[in-house]
Amino acid sequence: MKKTLILSAVAALIAGAAHAEGELNIYNWGNYTNPDLIKKFEEAYDVKVTITDYDSNTTALTKVEAGGHGFDIVVPSNGYVKIFIDKGLLLETRPDQMENFKNMDPTWVNVGWDMGRHYTVPWQWGSTGVAVNTSTYSGDINTSAIFLDPPAELAGKINVVPEMADVMAMAIYYVGGTDSCTEDKEILKKARDVLVAAKPSWLSMDYGTTDKLSSGEWVASVNWNGSTFRARLANPTVQYGYPVEGYPLWMDSVAVLADAKNVENAKLFQNFIMDPENAAMISAFARYSNGIMGSDAFMPADMKTAPEINPPAELAAAGKFAEACPKAVQDIHTAIWTELQK
Amino acid sequence: MSTSLEKQRARDGWLLSAPALVLLVFAAAGPLLIVATYAFLTPGDYSGVVWDFTLKAWFQVLFERDIFDDSISMADAHLSIFWRSIRLSLLTTILTFLFGLPTAWFIATRPAKQRAAWLFLITIPFWTNLLIRTFAIMEVIRYDGLLNKALLGIGLIETPLRIMYTDTAVLIGMTYVYLPLMVLPMFAAIDRLDIRLIEASYDLYATRLKVLTKIILPIVRPGIIAGSILVFVPSIGAYVTPRVLGGGKKMMVGNFIELQFGAGRNWPLGAALSLILLLIVSVALIFYVRVSTRSDSDG
Repeated sequence: MKKTLILSAVAALIAGAAHAEGELNIYNWGNYTNPDLIKKFEEAYDVKVTITDYDSNTTALTKVEAGGHGFDIVVPSNGYVKIFIDKGLLLETRPDQMENFKNMDPTWVNVGWDMGRHYTVPWQWGSTGVAVNTSTYSGDINTSAIFLDPPAELAGKINVVPEMADVMAMAIYYVGGTDSCTEDKEILKKARDVLVAAKPSWLSMDYGTTDKLSSGEWVASVNWNGSTFRARLANPTVQYGYPVEGYPLWMDSVAVLADAKNVENAKLFQNFIMDPENAAMISAFARYSNGIMGSDAFMPADMKTAPEINPPAELAAAGKFAEACPKAVQDIHTAIWTELQK
Repeated sequence: MSTSLEKQRARDGWLLSAPALVLLVFAAAGPLLIVATYAFLTPGDYSGVVWDFTLKAWFQVLFERDIFDDSISMADAHLSIFWRSIRLSLLTTILTFLFGLPTAWFIATRPAKQRAAWLFLITIPFWTNLLIRTFAIMEVIRYDGLLNKALLGIGLIETPLRIMYTDTAVLIGMTYVYLPLMVLPMFAAIDRLDIRLIEASYDLYATRLKVLTKIILPIVRPGIIAGSILVFVPSIGAYVTPRVLGGGKKMMVGNFIELQFGAGRNWPLGAALSLILLLIVSVALIFYVRVSTRSDSDG
């Protein structure tokens, strides 16, 4: 009896493995994947997709590195793509040789984290700037002074999202640094001083920005463009500012893991999302740009003109992609961050 | 004959407790051992640890090398984070005691039939996840929340109160969340109180204050101590409440540890901080054991 049980268990395992041909396990940020897109992919290729959420690049990296995760696809941010590649965690799937690659915006082909796109396909990209309720403050909002040297109308009602890398980068740009991972102690010291001096004017350091900005609980916040977009749809007085001193850009890219079990399906998915119509579905859900040419035509009308998605030309250049900083610089950032929140 | 029976009984006892013991060893001692080991290793470049022995994490807990002039000083940022946690936890303990004692007294003095129903009501909050309860509190005290709307509605205040993102908000949240843990042991203690002792002391002309301090408190004391420990220990490691209600502007130890494992990418320091937290909790527990054994020998 026991033997039959074991045998049938083994049989089930083998059957399970064989069945895996029609599966795809995606490991992506939470509340980021359009369910309609997944449904379309499942129906087109007869593949069962499972999505698992993570909340930070470090979480994703740690879990993938530990192994035994069962994921096929991961969607790390720009700086982390390079770390994933350097650690040998990604499969060289050559998206640049895929059928739909012709749709990729040339701007995003030769990027620092994946030159020539040998590993990854853009998912979404956006910026971290400042959101301001213009019914409270009508001055210039295209500056980090909104939270680093706040005008009197805003003081005490400002939120700063607790994203260490973004906030440190903005402070460094604000005091004249050009590289967010600079080792220049003078710049770092100035960045610390400006943060410590500004902190008493902040109300909180919290997430959940979309809702609290539109409700007026916060009149200004360091925030992401897509989130500010959603806040503006609920409350038209919320506007997005692109700090002229410099602001971080980010792009999350779809990569296939080196130990993926469903490599062919994962490649199909990479190709699938380079189709303009499908890329538009990604953006319609989370409200960020995607990097695929021609996807505009399939986007909801309100995205084509949204100032949060289309930066004014003179401010577009101030956006910079940040790398993940080396350990020594990271330690300084953490020390400053701790001092800020002590 | 009887000895073999005893042996048999002892063996059965071990066998019966084996699953729990195994679980304890693997689920409690195992992870703790990993944490203790990691505290002596070198942080990896992007996450995790490198297997090089060092005491650096322990040095970092207490001291900091100034990032700009390399001078070494006490890490006052770390100390103030620990001190905030201890202070807020002590205040939470005191507040839950002040709110909990009358509640426990009320329940214990109801007719036996009603008590079960009242106790049942106390446990209802446990049915819901801590995070959801914390968000519920946030909905009450936030800027355009229930409390402000009500106060504005009846004209008590002109502008909404800003309670969110302050230590007050954290205290309100933690007191609410941990109140049942204080009420239940105090109820158990008051339940044992012989009401005739109070009648007797009144007959002997004791004042109400005397009755409270000489009769009630000494008898209820084990319950108070147990409740205090049950509230203090989770409070000091609280993560969700300070994060959601405190607005993250000022960290507590739980948030500080999370920073090291997350964006800070310094697991050894996180592990060392966790062990320090464990040490503080152990000191509180030893204090508890001391105090409670003394009260036993008194009685």
